[in-house]
Amino acid sequence: MTSMVGAAVIRKEDPNLLTGRGTYVDNLRLPGMLHMAFVRSAEAHARIRGIEVGAAAALPRVHGVFTARDLPELPPIPTVVPGLERPSLARDRVRFVGEPVAVVVAEDRYVAADAVARVTVDYEPLPPVPDLETALAEGAPLLFPEHGSNVYAEIPPAGDAEAALAAAPRRARLRLVNQRCAPAPMEPFGVVADWGPKTLTVWASCQSAHFVRGQLSKLLAVPYGGIRVIAPDVGGGFGAKQSWYPEYVVAAVLSRRLGRPIKATETRSENLVAMTHGRAQVQEVEVGFDDSGRILALRVMVTQDAGAYPGDAVGLPMLTMIMSAGCYRIPTVVTGCRAVGTTTTPVGAYRGAGRPEAAYLIERVIDLVSDETGVDPIEVRRRNFLPADAFPHTTHLGFVYDSGDYGKALRRLLEMIDYEGLRREQAARREDPTRPLMGIGFSTFVEMGGVGPSAMMEGLGMLGGWESARARVNPDGTVTLAVGTSPHGQGHETAFAQIAADALSLPLDRIEVVHGDTEVVQEGIGTFGSRSIAVGGEAVRRASLRAREKATRVAAHLLEAAPEDVELEDGRFFVRGSPDRGIGWEEVANKAYRPTQLGDLEPGIEVAAFYEPGLTTCPSGAHCCVVGVDRETGRVTIERYVGVDDCGTVINPLTARGQVMGGVAQGIAQALYEEVSYGESGQPLTSTLAEYLVPSAAEMPRFELEHVETPTPANSLGAKGLGESGATAAPQAVVNAVIDALSHLGVRELQMPLTPERVWRAIQAAANGGVA
Amino acid sequence: MRIELTVNGRHEAAEVEPRLLLVHLLRERLGLTGTNVGCDSTSCGACTVLLDGQSVKSCTVLAVQADGAEVTTIEGLSGAGGGLHPLQAAFQRHHALQCGYCTPGMVMAAVSLLAEHPHPTEEEVRRGLEGNLCRCTGYQGIVDAILEVARTTGGAER
Repeated sequence: MTSMVGAAVIRKEDPNLLTGRGTYVDNLRLPGMLHMAFVRSAEAHARIRGIEVGAAAALPRVHGVFTARDLPELPPIPTVVPGLERPSLARDRVRFVGEPVAVVVAEDRYVAADAVARVTVDYEPLPPVPDLETALAEGAPLLFPEHGSNVYAEIPPAGDAEAALAAAPRRARLRLVNQRCAPAPMEPFGVVADWGPKTLTVWASCQSAHFVRGQLSKLLAVPYGGIRVIAPDVGGGFGAKQSWYPEYVVAAVLSRRLGRPIKATETRSENLVAMTHGRAQVQEVEVGFDDSGRILALRVMVTQDAGAYPGDAVGLPMLTMIMSAGCYRIPTVVTGCRAVGTTTTPVGAYRGAGRPEAAYLIERVIDLVSDETGVDPIEVRRRNFLPADAFPHTTHLGFVYDSGDYGKALRRLLEMIDYEGLRREQAARREDPTRPLMGIGFSTFVEMGGVGPSAMMEGLGMLGGWESARARVNPDGTVTLAVGTSPHGQGHETAFAQIAADALSLPLDRIEVVHGDTEVVQEGIGTFGSRSIAVGGEAVRRASLRAREKATRVAAHLLEAAPEDVELEDGRFFVRGSPDRGIGWEEVANKAYRPTQLGDLEPGIEVAAFYEPGLTTCPSGAHCCVVGVDRETGRVTIERYVGVDDCGTVINPLTARGQVMGGVAQGIAQALYEEVSYGESGQPLTSTLAEYLVPSAAEMPRFELEHVETPTPANSLGAKGLGESGATAAPQAVVNAVIDALSHLGVRELQMPLTPERVWRAIQAAANGGVA
Repeated sequence: MRIELTVNGRHEAAEVEPRLLLVHLLRERLGLTGTNVGCDSTSCGACTVLLDGQSVKSCTVLAVQADGAEVTTIEGLSGAGGGLHPLQAAFQRHHALQCGYCTPGMVMAAVSLLAEHPHPTEEEVRRGLEGNLCRCTGYQGIVDAILEVARTTGGAER
């Protein structure tokens, strides 16, 4: 049988989704179900003097209006900084626009919205802290006065880079803003909670049903057996659906109070202020280098805007620190970070979570060194690459890069783009004022995938960094795989079936994958950190091989042979040397459940595997973006986008390509279009999709993508994961290209998003002899 | 108010509040949950359906405006046997969907696009989809699926 791993198989998931049979949370209707809606803070920072709910509660078909005082059993949202907990409903103080202050329960969403509009909150405004500058200023208004500072957490630099920077022949600085973005999955967040006498059942648009159950158990003091969490079809997550939201416990507590199932689904306007934002970093970078473009020292200080509460954002700059040196050998690297509170939406993971921010900074550094030395950006990269024989490589913070060959992806990329031809065209266009300027930008990135191991994940508040799979061979010879990962668009039902098909020598259509239900799936961790294939896929392979082992023993008994003499090929078991006298999977599976024919063997074939990875993986790649820049308007057009990814073994080229394209699209979106912004008063200015510019097909280029494969030793598949690679690769490829287009004018820095106005101003400033 | 309309070939009658949106009539009264809601500013197109053959965003149409009209949703697209419409099949072949949330609206927008422009260029397909957002795919699979159907069926298939 030809290998399924590596085959471009179309997805098992698609027919349901294509025909409107998706099971997204908002599609769920339970008997007696009520709708809940939050009254959200209209103020960025204020004391709550009082909340008047009478007019809302008096409306027909309203079942209740509750404030924090009415729900003393409501637990706060967990935090990594004890003492700075976020209440699930604001009690005395609000710290961002959109923070829930009261909750309404009504018979339908229209009545709930009517009731929300009739709740009046008496605010005593406090000074807003809309940005890092305000938060860190002397005498700044404090979000938590009792904490004494808006700095929620800090890791001072370990060591001093000054000596190495001073010793370098040349040095340069960059101040980079990795702007705040909204993950904006097409399906906003939602839950349905149904707390009956026996069980609390929660359907959630989340990235891990098991994580949600664990948190609910802890927060509500209910044993695991009393809680069932189901992640049905989930309409995208991008990291933000791994965050914890007040709806989980508020809906549960209200369901218990009212004895009815409760549905809570965000509108998009709510989503853009309530779902965690991503990125939101300012990086102060200093680099020491020599005239040949060799980098000798790097100092990075990351300031992370955490938003109003210290949640997932505290971990993000640590990941940025770890990956700061990118794919380069730099003798001295010193990094530090702090997470700072502002009166804005809390920040959390967004596709890449701290690593795109690192890739952006080091790849901007490389191009700055190229501009300063006049050495071609490709050559600067080559001169500083970690060589292919440097692995495993231990970074300045002790993190280990598993494997890599950065030159290989770059070589393939250069073959694809005709670099010299592009440079010639660029020069010609510079001389021709009737044509747009042209720029060529590169990004040779490395990131983390296959996230574990457990030592790292426990530090981030997770149960572990392992993953699980259970293989059940049914009496008809089909196989049901239960997996602990929780896909939300990635196509696990297809990719995991491919891995199992090879391990079991079964056709793809005999294998079903189930996930996202704590009642039918053994404990699992979930889907984030490009971990599902690298960690979950290995668990699938191991569980499948164990099932095969048991099936082989059953077959051996039936064939009256020793198990070690039995082989499995093309779905048939036979004694080595006599392939014609074999028995099929169907017969073996069926007999496995008939003890009368099994001798001393235990009936059934059902085995689990829990895989703990020894290493995180490091997917990498080389991308190139070619842009045109309109001289009159500053408008940037992507003329080509070419990428070579190295995620080790590719399980399914079709879906792998989809992951890269989607990630690159989000990276381009960050580079050119998207930014969450706030006014001086702390009011969000981007709370609808009319203001927050998620690009359409008209803004996206055609992608030219390939893979090279440097397997990881972290798992037997050799697969590294690549869900976050595109988003990690793209922003700096685009920004480097635009700066390259303008570099002859003296432009050295531009901050994302590169709106026509920003680019136009840079061109004007350069033309007027100023510095952009 | 009482309204009558045809949805996916079936006659339906409903007593509705004047403010009820068409998408909520479809999803919550008629149980047709294939049409998703992705925003509240007519920006994302997840709720796209055909109203008298034209694609509309059903979150911006009142149910009462559909009185007397013919509505086609994703549930009404495939044949009675449940087979995939050529566009649906092409979407699967070209991996034009990941999470699937934008997909019903995207497919309906594509049906309308090909009805109006049976032989679109790539540029026309991209422009024609401007009102439909997808956060997963980067759009290339969607564009390719539509172009393939346009090539193989002349775009006449409805």
